[in-house]
Amino acid sequence: MSSPADLRYSKEHEWVRVSGDRAIIGITSHAAGELGDVVFVDLPAVGSDLKQFAVFGAIESVKAVSDLFSPISGSVLARNEKLSSAPETVNADPYGEGWLLEVALSNTEELAALLDAAGYDQLTA
Amino acid sequence: MQRTALYEEHLTLGARMVDFAGWEMPVQYAGVIEEHRAVRTGAGLFDLGHMGEIRVSGPAAGAALDYALVSTPSALLVGRAQYSMIVNEVGGILDDLVVYRIADEEWLVVANASNRAVVAAALRERASGSATVVDESDSTSMIAIQGVTSAEILASLIAEEERVAFHALRNYSVATMHLEVSGAAITALIARTGYTGEVGYEIYVENAHAVALWRGLLAAGSTISNGTPFQAIGLGARDTLRLEAGMPLYGNELREELTPFDVGLGRVVKLDTPRRFVGGEALTARAARGERFGRTLVGIRVTGRGIARHGYEVRRPGGVTLGRVTSGTHSPSLGYPIALADLDAGAAPFTPGEPLEVLIRGEGVAAEVTGVPFILKRSTEGRAHAAHQQGG
Repeated sequence: MSSPADLRYSKEHEWVRVSGDRAIIGITSHAAGELGDVVFVDLPAVGSDLKQFAVFGAIESVKAVSDLFSPISGSVLARNEKLSSAPETVNADPYGEGWLLEVALSNTEELAALLDAAGYDQLTA
Repeated sequence: MQRTALYEEHLTLGARMVDFAGWEMPVQYAGVIEEHRAVRTGAGLFDLGHMGEIRVSGPAAGAALDYALVSTPSALLVGRAQYSMIVNEVGGILDDLVVYRIADEEWLVVANASNRAVVAAALRERASGSATVVDESDSTSMIAIQGVTSAEILASLIAEEERVAFHALRNYSVATMHLEVSGAAITALIARTGYTGEVGYEIYVENAHAVALWRGLLAAGSTISNGTPFQAIGLGARDTLRLEAGMPLYGNELREELTPFDVGLGRVVKLDTPRRFVGGEALTARAARGERFGRTLVGIRVTGRGIARHGYEVRRPGGVTLGRVTSGTHSPSLGYPIALADLDAGAAPFTPGEPLEVLIRGEGVAAEVTGVPFILKRSTEGRAHAAHQQGG
């Protein structure tokens, strides 16, 4: 299955959708599938600073807990509050309703360090 | 890595396979939550081919088992089963077991996959020639069917003249029965036991019959289950099911460093008989020290944000660490996180409702003591607490 072409991807299986100096981030369909049923998402507060490739939160399935790594640096503008009552949305729609954070980018040059869809698909093939 | 006789069946069903105690086993097929709910509302099918089956027989087999284990299998009636444990000289748990009395002079001991060799060796050594001990694990398959519709599904494969006897099987009972699966006759040992907190059966057959029985049960279930779910269940849901039912898992709740009294299972130990048994002196002394000594197993509900996982520290709010979580998960039935924790018995009692804290990613998250089992079993005769109550 090919990943959406309009996103950039990290090797830790997060995606980022950039529009101007803002971005939405989430986890990939591959990651959601590997995790299994997501039951809890631990996200940083609005205003928190994210650092590219550093841990910013955790995502828990029935079986296990996994760290979330930020694909880019920036500060949190919004988090997907729907996930606190419906964390399974991450499995159902990882690139849409299951987004995690909206971020103000601090350095758009960092995007060059991410993979495109073809590169990510190759990584997870 | 070892594979069960049903390995190819799992691949066909699209299972995700993992290494479990050296075995390549299905961890999930459709998803842990869906599989969990299927067993709680309909039924599910489990490949337990990795478990150890050890047959102990001969005129002195009962006495040998009474010496080797903490309980007295000699006191079982033929066709009955008991939950038991095997401990070392100082009372430390080597494994937890289900022991079936198959015939007058024949018992089947079912051990965990990871401990099978240890248990077989210990039984042989402790019997020291007085009984025949045969590890039949490599030639035996074990398939479980668990859930409220399991009796009806399994009954449809049982030879007609044995169906009345099958339906009369009580909890913790066992019988040799004959099944007819797509024209072929299969002899199976059928026990009304399980590890889910639901009514259900565990079926022991020779490896050669495993695929036919597995397919036969899946086919029978799809016609009989009548709209309720029935599907293959992986080890992921097996773990959430047993944890909700408050049943311990070797390697998590049960370890060699703990005695049965440290995990709330002292009643499994039969001290009130004149017999000698391995670990008996140590366990008698341990029992005399009472409930405030050593460790205690406590049920926990996380009320704050996060899930308590194996190894996380537990304390009273702001207090010192009292121990660690042994198993923890999101409970699919309850919709909130539950856990068992190995805590300092000196800090007991731990009263349901009492506040605790679990250290999750470095932060103290609110939790409280809760009763075990976490869910009450709905099946009429099946008891979530079977493992605890059937010790004798």
